[in-house]
Amino acid sequence: MGYNCVVCVKQVPDTKRITGQAMKEDGTVNRAALPAICNPEDANAIEEALAIRDAHGGTVSVVTMGLPAACEALREALYRGVDRVILITDRRAAASDTLATSYILSRAVSKLKPDIVLCGRQAIDGDTAQTGPQLSEKLGIPVITYLEQLLELSGRRIKVRRNVGNGWEVVACNLPVLVTVMESANVPRPPAARRMMKFKKARCPAEIAKTLEDQMPDATPEERTAEAKRRCEELKRRGLLIEQWDLDDIGADLAWCGRDGSPTKVHRIQSVVLAGGEYREFPPTEQGVAELVGELIEDHTLG
Amino acid sequence: MIGVNRQGEVWVFAEQEDGKLSDVPLELMGKGRELAEILSVPLAAVLLGERVAHLADTLIAHGADKVYLAEDRRLAHYQATTYRHVICQLAEQYRPQICLFGATPLGRDLAPTVASELKCGLTADCTDLQIGDHTPPCGDVTHKNLLLQIRPAFGGNIIATIVNYDRWPQMATVREGVMVMPKPDPSRQGKVIRCPAGLEAVAAPLEIIETHRQPKRVNLKAARIIVAGGAGVGSRDNFRLIWDLANCLGAAVGGSRAAVDLGFVDHDHQVGQTGTTVRPALYIACGISGAVQHRAGMQESAKILAINNDPTAPILSIAHYGIVGDLNDVIPKLIKAIRGGERIVKAVEAAKA
Repeated sequence: MGYNCVVCVKQVPDTKRITGQAMKEDGTVNRAALPAICNPEDANAIEEALAIRDAHGGTVSVVTMGLPAACEALREALYRGVDRVILITDRRAAASDTLATSYILSRAVSKLKPDIVLCGRQAIDGDTAQTGPQLSEKLGIPVITYLEQLLELSGRRIKVRRNVGNGWEVVACNLPVLVTVMESANVPRPPAARRMMKFKKARCPAEIAKTLEDQMPDATPEERTAEAKRRCEELKRRGLLIEQWDLDDIGADLAWCGRDGSPTKVHRIQSVVLAGGEYREFPPTEQGVAELVGELIEDHTLG
Repeated sequence: MIGVNRQGEVWVFAEQEDGKLSDVPLELMGKGRELAEILSVPLAAVLLGERVAHLADTLIAHGADKVYLAEDRRLAHYQATTYRHVICQLAEQYRPQICLFGATPLGRDLAPTVASELKCGLTADCTDLQIGDHTPPCGDVTHKNLLLQIRPAFGGNIIATIVNYDRWPQMATVREGVMVMPKPDPSRQGKVIRCPAGLEAVAAPLEIIETHRQPKRVNLKAARIIVAGGAGVGSRDNFRLIWDLANCLGAAVGGSRAAVDLGFVDHDHQVGQTGTTVRPALYIACGISGAVQHRAGMQESAKILAINNDPTAPILSIAHYGIVGDLNDVIPKLIKAIRGGERIVKAVEAAKA
């Protein structure tokens, strides 16, 4: 028997490689200045799911919520070998906090009837580690956080070793379950060249519509819609159409989505501005260093 | 779902393991007291476990007015489902206005599921908590005396202040070491309120087969001097320099998140918003540029020495002493000067004796 694994991933700004001004003048984040990547620990979650499929059979589906540009993370998942990818995109989902996000994801994930839901432990843009546990609560299934090693999976029972910071635990649980995966759990397999050749052309309907706006600037909306439909069908025939769901497709209650569904609100955003330092500079010479050490000894900081 | 309750208490989740309280809840008692006094409401600790009643006195001595105590054998080992159930039940009954959790591995497992069940907001890893007013951008109502949840975000490029004004309790997690633990006062009086766990109908889904705890290998919080390295150190091998300098000072070794992510040093050594917050007598930052998350974890050190080859590095803006130069060149010189200094100190002490 195989397992139906669903992995939730997030496309994040690469906070380690920030280019240009990260903040706009109005105090909002300038996403254009931040290159987007698939959140690193989500890649570990995908790898864990692929390893389960390799050992036991079954399927791996990947779900992400975001702008159509988040399809890049889904294509990356396809290169690595997942079976199915789904983009949840909807203007009404904008400004969702972790609570609203976990609600929306729960509506989509439960449609897929998973045995095992996998999330990265945390995303590098917010570092909150909240969405995984909250998704488990919304799905009404148990959560095992900080998976470091999958020890056993047989029948309807899973046994894992989890890293609890000051040590580790071995826990077991019946399926279905949600696990959050640590970076130390595995090394994600590289994208497969053959799959890359095939799936680099995969697109979601919103991406196609956007392309047509550029390619057919003078066409009427009807003409564009007809062309979009044709291209979607063509991609679908070749297995290259990325499924796209909106909030209606997943039957989400709008009261729990987006800004209205998010109890946390931004009160204030401050760009980090550094005041000029008043430090005493010592030259990087033997004498300079010795002077500094002498001073630290004198005021009893050292010695 | 719990609405706004101005009479609601300030709660701190009293994390314990095997009958021993973690440091964070005791640290949070200090900040919790401050918030509770501004709001003129009691400060309460929420203590769950099996045979943990004796911990209530410690919580009261550190500032709790009340301790909600739920003891049950099903709470002996932590798991999210049972703990969440008890806390949500208590929250529905007493309707606190603020709930604080330590951002420990356990707290980060528990707090999100509690917030999810209560359908309230939660802000992770706050570096400060204040009380203040908030007016929504297109509203004319000002919400008074909200919990301002302050944290760096987006790789340290911004500091965000988060509020939740309609769906309460206002919840936040805080890392260990961020708040200063108040001095215990054994004469303080408080009330212990025994609460039923109410777990009869709740199945605990996890079977905990084996637990292994290793004592912390690094005690950054207790160190008088910390020598920390960042991405500028260049490699795990070159991090030897940091260890050498620390060894000759009897100091602990710290690392920035970049150094930890690059594998130069283990996560136990990480200083900053998502690592440990420290306040040593001397903090020596080597090759650390000083992202706001890092500074949040060390800027209250009594003395800061920054060694960096970039004169515009943000770390210098909070340093007391700075050496602009190549750390590969400066650190050996520093070690030499300190060894010489030791001789001087010993000579002085010998002369006194």
